[in-house]
Amino acid sequence: MNDKHVIIIGGGPAGIEAANYLANNGIKITLFEKDEHPGGNIKNWAKLFPDFGDASVVRKEITDKLKHENIKFINNTKIERLYQENNHWVALTDNEKYYGDIVLLATGFEVFDAKRKEELGYGIYDNVITSVDFENMYKSGKMLTNEGKIPDSIAFLNCVGSRDEKVGNHYCSRVCCITAVKQAIEFKELVPDAQAYCFYMDMRMAGQFYEELYRKSQEKYGVNYIRGRISEAAVTMDNRIQIKAEDTLSALPMKMTVDILVLMVGIESSESTAKISTDNNIVGPYGFAKSKSLFGMDNLTEKPGLFLAGTCKRPLTLPETIADGRSAAVEIMNYLKS
Amino acid sequence: MTEKKHFWNEYQKEIADDNYFYERSCIRQSFFPGSETAFLNILRNELGLTIIDDPNQHTCTGIGYHSDVVPFDTTMTICARLFSLMTDKELTNFVPSCVTSFGIFTEVIETWAQFPEELEKTRQFLRKATGREFKVPENIAHPSDIIYKYRKELKKKMKYQLVNCHTGKPLKVVEHIGCHYAKIFSKHSVGGAEFPQVLAGMIEEWGGQVIDYPERRHCCGFGFRQYLVMANRGYSVANTKKKFESMEPYKPDFVLTNCPGCTMFMDRWQYTIAEMEGKTYDEQQMGIPVLTYEELTGLLLGYNPWDLGFQVHQVQVEPLLDKLGIKYDLKDKFTGVTGKYLGEPEKPEYLKVCYE
Repeated sequence: MNDKHVIIIGGGPAGIEAANYLANNGIKITLFEKDEHPGGNIKNWAKLFPDFGDASVVRKEITDKLKHENIKFINNTKIERLYQENNHWVALTDNEKYYGDIVLLATGFEVFDAKRKEELGYGIYDNVITSVDFENMYKSGKMLTNEGKIPDSIAFLNCVGSRDEKVGNHYCSRVCCITAVKQAIEFKELVPDAQAYCFYMDMRMAGQFYEELYRKSQEKYGVNYIRGRISEAAVTMDNRIQIKAEDTLSALPMKMTVDILVLMVGIESSESTAKISTDNNIVGPYGFAKSKSLFGMDNLTEKPGLFLAGTCKRPLTLPETIADGRSAAVEIMNYLKS
Repeated sequence: MTEKKHFWNEYQKEIADDNYFYERSCIRQSFFPGSETAFLNILRNELGLTIIDDPNQHTCTGIGYHSDVVPFDTTMTICARLFSLMTDKELTNFVPSCVTSFGIFTEVIETWAQFPEELEKTRQFLRKATGREFKVPENIAHPSDIIYKYRKELKKKMKYQLVNCHTGKPLKVVEHIGCHYAKIFSKHSVGGAEFPQVLAGMIEEWGGQVIDYPERRHCCGFGFRQYLVMANRGYSVANTKKKFESMEPYKPDFVLTNCPGCTMFMDRWQYTIAEMEGKTYDEQQMGIPVLTYEELTGLLLGYNPWDLGFQVHQVQVEPLLDKLGIKYDLKDKFTGVTGKYLGEPEKPEYLKVCYE
């Protein structure tokens, strides 16, 4: 078994967790990461929900697991094609072929490109930002408008690119509601006198401690939750953002102006996930990779020797992603033993 | 900000090069009578293109359809007859003069694409009613699409630019594309529904500055039933007021419109608001001039303002002509083509005008 070689595509939490587990069991791994640094999308986050854990610490804990003699980490390398050749898998980069007995696809997700929701003005109005931009702003410790002013008000809009027929994404991204709660609290801690509004369709507080955090955000921090989607954002003369929405609880249209509008961008299949899944006939809805069965064989595909882990399959939280990476490693071990 | 805005240009549509069938608006020739003639002149004389203006044409039913008095089956059949006139001329490029007509035609054609049985049913209706046959247009372009397409060529022929000749600064322009141009099918527009480029592209090409104000996308106030049902007209005025209040701080030099209804309501309701409330949205108590894109193109090409029909505008355009450096003779303002004096309209009580 230990002469088998596993290729892992994707150096995020799922790929690294699986690599570490397999390496500890004597399996040789080659792990490809398209970016310079491993860690996947955690790189974009400052603190993590629901406990406000430092994302850089968590990321270090995860990426330290790459330091193993059985793991060969190759960064800045994108797999252009994945295919089978003489009972081996071939991962093709732009100039080299890599052979493996087994492949684990852990190509993760990309955040929704908010420019596609033109009516919300991202990329046009300076004070319309995404949840990822918010994290970067928070990391810098300065919560300022583009004009350098401490904001008096901020609005968070959930479901940008999720549960949205217009952009073709009918699914829920699962992490945006709780991220908005987290970011609203972070904002209020930095600017206690400012107003924070959160526009939502449903607040989906399905994880452990999520509901408590949602409650705390209202009781302790005074975050205002408004049930309704923003139909349009426009810029005012002083570069603030005018919002039009409907408060569906009071059944009234509303118009308000805020200093910053934060778009809670959803999770989409990454380009690599969609490409490799399509090439290997394992593509599922919305370009995510499709597992053999949701129940019991969720890390397997219809292609023997090709496994899946993490958010290449669907939106998952970080703890779920890490657990799924470990689960995929167990499935690979079972496959090798058989 | 200017650099960021460039990605609006990604939203483009196919606009036929030449050989158009023109479908006139029901109301424009009364409200802004020089616009359609100017468009035909621009295409034929300035650009050397072919456009057929068939005298046998008729309504698209748009106003009746959006007022719920004409059923969609009737609308499809009436549109089919217009397409049959185009087919008679062996043309395939259909150019409706009105934004609502443009919305109607694109809706009808999309319906036929999605439900082919509706197309067959319409063919039968038209055959039974008139004995006529038709082809579905291969290309539908709004006239502003064509002006946009040829904006660079037209610029070379223009005598004036959208620059204040006294200050040398670009004129500040509010553009309004009309709801039915892009909000029904953004894919059939230039620039999409949110940050449309069709009029903005002309303004920028010809030296002006587009104002992006908060109520840029809001309805002009027409809204069909909001105006056509008399009891709702307060709602219509209120919506126009909302737009003008939003644009007022930016001090626009004029409003450029795409749609017959929008031109009408943004121009005439300024008079109504002025008389009701003693309020105009400029500093001279004259209102903000509202121009169609054909009128603007004609003006910059050097056409006589009174040939373009500016004397029937409610808000007077003379202050704008002065900014552009365009010479005009007030004696000609109310003189007909035969030289006969046509008389002056009654003067408003509050809104200032340029006649005695």
